[in-house]
Amino acid sequence: MDTNNMHPVMKWVEYRLPVFSFLDHSLGTQYPTPKNLNYWWNFGSLAGLVLVIMIASGIVLAMHYTAHVDYAFDSVERIMRDVNYGWLIRYIHMNGGSMFFIVVYIHMFRGLYFGSYQAPRELLWMIGVFILLAMMATAFMGYVLPWGQMSFWGATVITNLFSAIPLVGDSIVTLLWGGFSVDNPTLNRFFSLHYLMPFVIVGLVVVHIWALHVHGSNNPTGIDVKSEQDTIGFHPYFTTKDLFGMGLFMMFFMFFVFYAPNFFGEPDNYIPANPLVTPAHIVPEWYFLPYYAILRAFTGDFLVYQVISLGGLLMDAKLAGVLAMFASILLLLFMPWLDGAKVRSCSFRPIMAMAFWIFVLDCLVLGYIGGKPAEGNFITIGQWATFYYFAHLLVIVPLVSRLERPRQLPDSINASVLKAAE
Amino acid sequence: MSETATPEQGAEIDDQSKRDFLFISTAAVGAVGTAIAAWPFIDQMNPAADTLALSTTEVSLEPIEEGQSITVVWRGKPVFIRHRTAEEIADAVAVQANDLIDPQTDADRVQKPEWLIMVGVCTHLGCIPLGNKAGESRGDFGGWFCPCHGSHYDTSGRIRKGPAPKNLPVPEYSFLSDLKVKIG
Amino acid sequence: MKMNMMKTSAAALAFVATVMVSGTSFAAGDTPRAPAQNWSFNKLFGSFEPAAAQRGFQVYKEVCSGCHSMSLLSYRHLSQLGFSEDEVKAIAASVEVTAGPNDEGEMFERPGIPADRFKAPFANVQAAAAANNGKAPPDLSLMTKARVGGADYVYGLLVGYEEAPSGVEVPEGGNYNKYFPGHVIAMGPPLSDESVEYTDGTKPTLSQHAKDVTTFMAWAAEPEMEARKRMGVKVLLFLLVLTGMLYAVKRKVWENLH
Repeated sequence: MDTNNMHPVMKWVEYRLPVFSFLDHSLGTQYPTPKNLNYWWNFGSLAGLVLVIMIASGIVLAMHYTAHVDYAFDSVERIMRDVNYGWLIRYIHMNGGSMFFIVVYIHMFRGLYFGSYQAPRELLWMIGVFILLAMMATAFMGYVLPWGQMSFWGATVITNLFSAIPLVGDSIVTLLWGGFSVDNPTLNRFFSLHYLMPFVIVGLVVVHIWALHVHGSNNPTGIDVKSEQDTIGFHPYFTTKDLFGMGLFMMFFMFFVFYAPNFFGEPDNYIPANPLVTPAHIVPEWYFLPYYAILRAFTGDFLVYQVISLGGLLMDAKLAGVLAMFASILLLLFMPWLDGAKVRSCSFRPIMAMAFWIFVLDCLVLGYIGGKPAEGNFITIGQWATFYYFAHLLVIVPLVSRLERPRQLPDSINASVLKAAE
Repeated sequence: MSETATPEQGAEIDDQSKRDFLFISTAAVGAVGTAIAAWPFIDQMNPAADTLALSTTEVSLEPIEEGQSITVVWRGKPVFIRHRTAEEIADAVAVQANDLIDPQTDADRVQKPEWLIMVGVCTHLGCIPLGNKAGESRGDFGGWFCPCHGSHYDTSGRIRKGPAPKNLPVPEYSFLSDLKVKIG
Repeated sequence: MKMNMMKTSAAALAFVATVMVSGTSFAAGDTPRAPAQNWSFNKLFGSFEPAAAQRGFQVYKEVCSGCHSMSLLSYRHLSQLGFSEDEVKAIAASVEVTAGPNDEGEMFERPGIPADRFKAPFANVQAAAAANNGKAPPDLSLMTKARVGGADYVYGLLVGYEEAPSGVEVPEGGNYNKYFPGHVIAMGPPLSDESVEYTDGTKPTLSQHAKDVTTFMAWAAEPEMEARKRMGVKVLLFLLVLTGMLYAVKRKVWENLH
């Protein structure tokens, strides 16, 4: 940045704290960005936008919320009925959670398709997986706060997952609860942690972006930047493109807030928590459904369970289900090494591209099954889909990536852009 | 740069100004939108509907004997209601308003002379003055006395001595009937 | 590249669509879904019909409130339904609420004021359950939001009492209802023709009572709905304009690249 043309005040600040050149180098003209990024690259900035909206609306909600089992439900309803614009802010926060996961899942699938996790962006990808984990913890605890029936039973079921841990499981669960069931101490600590976690996410995002800026964005061709011709400044090109994307996204988001605010929710959560009555169908929020399906797939007769537990010797099905559920996410950390291809983008790996789409479909099937009662065919389909999920990550990706011969890559990013323009 | 622009340069400048107009107007619309969106996030801190609903209090004056006071809670603050004696009224009226720290006649402060209604929060730093209950110190002027920093109020609730700058404030109130008053 | 993009977009749409489908709940067991009614408030820009909601409040007050609380509502909220300030005061004053403690430490009864919550028929859940064969009647404040099917379900339930089909055993104290999950409901048919005498000349039929009280309950569950829909139009139109301008800006910026 040319400091000579600056306004004197900016110059004064810049000399002491170089914020302007910092901004210029991080999202300004001095941050070279591949010129061929498509709209799938908008989802990173969208995730950042949702994070800001969630923190802003969350801080405001905390001004009116009461974290006590006797008052939590009523305090949320007071926000909905009596606080100025309370309904708006709460619906923004409530739907914002779903928006966050929609955006982040698309962002992740984009990374998987275009091989963004490959060297030298392994850490960037892994930090992203940790962001997902932090988001899941935040979302889970946030869902408990309104203290409706789904809040209570969701908290009960999820905390009980830890009871699967051998020997210390029950002690851990008691520790998490701060009592002998999900109760007031649990609600209080969940509120405290729900307020803390977003700032942990902010920290992770800073590191994520830091790692991104070391080697810059991957791009649809997956080939490295070779010359200045391949890149353009982030500003004004991608700032304007991101802003346009944000406009589209906000319309999508606001449609739900104003016209279908309870679309992603469950009616049962408008019934105050009752520790003595479990709702007929307890389901987690939609973004947890695939993991929930994996958890439930592990029954005593599930072949995968029989194999990994050596016929039931090593662990019971409950523990296997819990481990599998955590593994389904933690395995993503190893994507950079599971995928052994020299070429990043699936645009040049037709077999891998096909495998990718089947994997996407499999995740959707898992999500569908997770929302269905565990009975009949749903169990069988869920088990096959679970099997395929792990087969994709542990067998198909390692094999296909090493065996498939990729298509001819373009000479450079610039060349691919010119060719596409023809 | 030459002074006279060729037609080509003119078109370029024209295009440039069109671009600038688009950029600036978009930024302006975006800024206005953001500002409007910020309002709900600020306004939520204002009193909510249930708080506002309790912003009036109806009080029956029937049980208050002459020479007695009661304290009622209005908007989370104490309101003193004193049934003044004829002597107290006479004292309050006799004072020359111009000589006071916060000049006000007694007539400015009451609707019916026998009923003095005011917010019982010292105008200095917000303590509750003594004098509303029998046996409490009523200060040098027979009204109220704030023990925190020694402000003395007279039988009309006017500041007479001490650090407080203003008389005890009179809330908005109206008599619904002879012995029923609505505060707020 | 172009093909890929198309494929990707299609898949993304499918993703969102599936998520939406799987996000919605499923009907319980073999209970049929209550048929959809033509509610004015369920339309995209719809609103509550004030006359219907006022009649619905009358039905609640004269029939439902004998057993069901509506504890999230205050009398002052009724002014949203078009009741005047004096009417609201009169409605509130018609109940005795427990207040206190007074200076002697005793609780006492006083007439209600608009700021009071709707008076509950029972002191607590246990009392409610004890008076109703062991099952406490649920609070109705959020009923249309708290049940799958919303207003349609509530209406269906109110008009859905019928003779149990042959072969179906209804236990002692139970009633057969077409739309209640599992069909056996503890509540007897709460409404019938002429349960309530309307003052505005509306014909007091069972379906009219059910429609009115459902409208009232829908308002009680989402009192913000009209304001929400009105604001939504403005917000979305604004975003449409802003997004259009941002698109023009993006086009302008990118055009000199090629």
